[in-house]
Amino acid sequence: MTDHAVLTDTPQRGAEDTDRAERVAARAEAVAAVAREFADAVDSESRFPREAIDEARNQGLLAAPIPEADGGLGYSITELCRMLERVGRECTSTAMILAMHHSQVLCLTRHADTDFLRDYTRRVAAEGLLLASATTEAQIGGDTRNSTCAVRPIEDGRVALHKSCPVISYGAYADAILVTARRSEDAASSDQVLLVVEAENLQLDRQRGWDALGMRGTCSESFELDATTPADAMFTVLFETISAQTMLPAAHCLWASAWLGMATQAGLTARSVVQKAARKTPGTTPPSAMRLAELEVQLQSMTDVVRASVARYEAAWDDPAVSESMQFAIAMNTLKVSGAEAVRRIVGDAMVIVGITAFANRSPVSLARLYRDSIGPSVMVNNDRILLHTATLQLVSRGQR
Amino acid sequence: MDSTAIETTVRSVLGHHGKLSEDAGTIAADADLYRAGMTSHASVNVMLGLEDEFDIEFPEERLTKATFTSINSITEAVEAINND
Repeated sequence: MTDHAVLTDTPQRGAEDTDRAERVAARAEAVAAVAREFADAVDSESRFPREAIDEARNQGLLAAPIPEADGGLGYSITELCRMLERVGRECTSTAMILAMHHSQVLCLTRHADTDFLRDYTRRVAAEGLLLASATTEAQIGGDTRNSTCAVRPIEDGRVALHKSCPVISYGAYADAILVTARRSEDAASSDQVLLVVEAENLQLDRQRGWDALGMRGTCSESFELDATTPADAMFTVLFETISAQTMLPAAHCLWASAWLGMATQAGLTARSVVQKAARKTPGTTPPSAMRLAELEVQLQSMTDVVRASVARYEAAWDDPAVSESMQFAIAMNTLKVSGAEAVRRIVGDAMVIVGITAFANRSPVSLARLYRDSIGPSVMVNNDRILLHTATLQLVSRGQR
Repeated sequence: MDSTAIETTVRSVLGHHGKLSEDAGTIAADADLYRAGMTSHASVNVMLGLEDEFDIEFPEERLTKATFTSINSITEAVEAINND
C-alpha cells in the first residue's frame, strides 16, 4: 500500500450528494446568466427583473426551500444562500428579490399551521408564485415588531385590513404579500399576526414610485394597502415566534449572502485588472497588488462571517431554544450590520484599485452599478436601529457566542 | 425568599416593564406573556428590573424566550438562580 492510498481511502462524498450539488449549482448558473444579460437594462430602466425571475421560476427556484413532497426542491438554508451568492454577483436587484421572496417562503414552510396556509405553500410550488412582504408601516419607524393597523373580521369567515406601507419591494409584481397587523382592533401594538393576502384580494394604491441610486430593480414603492383574506390565511403562531425563528435570521442570512456575491464580483474584477497589469511587468509586483492584498483581508473576513452565520442558522434550524436565544439574535443582528458595511467598503475599495475604467458607466470592468447598489444594504434597514436593538440585548447578555 | 414573595415581585416588575395588554397583578401565572403583548425588547427591560430587584444575573443559558414565557417560568428561574 502506498502513501497515496490514504488519500483514496478518505471518505468521498456520495455520488448522490455530488449530483445534487451539481444540480444546485447548475440552476444558480442558469439564473445568473439571465440576470447578467439584463442587469444593465433593469438598472437603467429601474424596472422589475422579470427575465431573471422567470428563469428562477423555470428552474423551480421560487419553490427552492419547499419540501420535495410538497412540490419544491427541498433546499437547505445553506443551499439557498449559496444560490444568492452566485446571483448576487450578476444582478443585485434579482438577488435581493429572491432573498426577500425566500424569507417569506420559509415563513410558510416552517410555520404554516392552517389548512389554507399548507395548501397555499403547495400552490407556491405548483404555480411558481412570487411572495412579497409588508412588515413596516407608516408612523412605526421601521420597527417590524409593532403594528398600528389591525385585522377586522368581516362576513363569510374573512378578515379585512388596511395598512399604510412606506415600502413594499416588488409589491406590484407579487402574487401574494405577507402582511403583519395587530390581532384585533383592541390588541396591543406588539400583539401581531402574520397573514397571507393574494394579489386578487388586494388593492395597492401607489403613493411613491421608486427612482433610487441603486437596487433600482427592486421596485420598492410605497403603497396604501387594502385587502381581505380568509381568516385561516392568518398564521395561528405568534408573529413574535415567526420573526425570531425565521423571518429575521433568514432575511439577514439571505441578504448577506447576496451582498457577499456583490463583494465577490468586485473583488474578482479588481483581481483581473491587477493580474493584467502584472503580466506586463513580470518580476515587478505592481503597486495595485498591495491594495488587492488589503482587499483580500476584507473579502476573506466577510466570506467567513457570512458563511459561518449561515452555518450557525442551519445548525439552529430545528432547535427553537437556540434560534430564540439572545446570543443567536445578537449574532443575526450583527451579521446584517457587518455585511452591509463590508460590501460598501469592499466595492468602494475595488473601484479605487481598478481606477477610472471602473468609475466609467460603460466599460467592461465598470463597477459603477455595483457601487451604487452597495450603498443599499446600509440604508435598506437602518444599521443604527439594528445596533440600538443589539445594544438593548447587550444590557443583559453575558457575552457568550 | 419564598416563591409567593418572588411571584409578587415578578408581577410588580412585569407591571412596570412588561408592556402587557393585561394587568400584571391579575394575569394567570401560566398565561403566555408574549401572547399578552410582551415583546423581546420589553422582556429585556423585565430582565433588568428582575436583576435589580433580586440582585441576581441571569446566566446565558437562561436568556431564552422560554424563561420569560410566563410568571411561573420567571419565578422558577429566579428561585433556581437564588439556590445556585
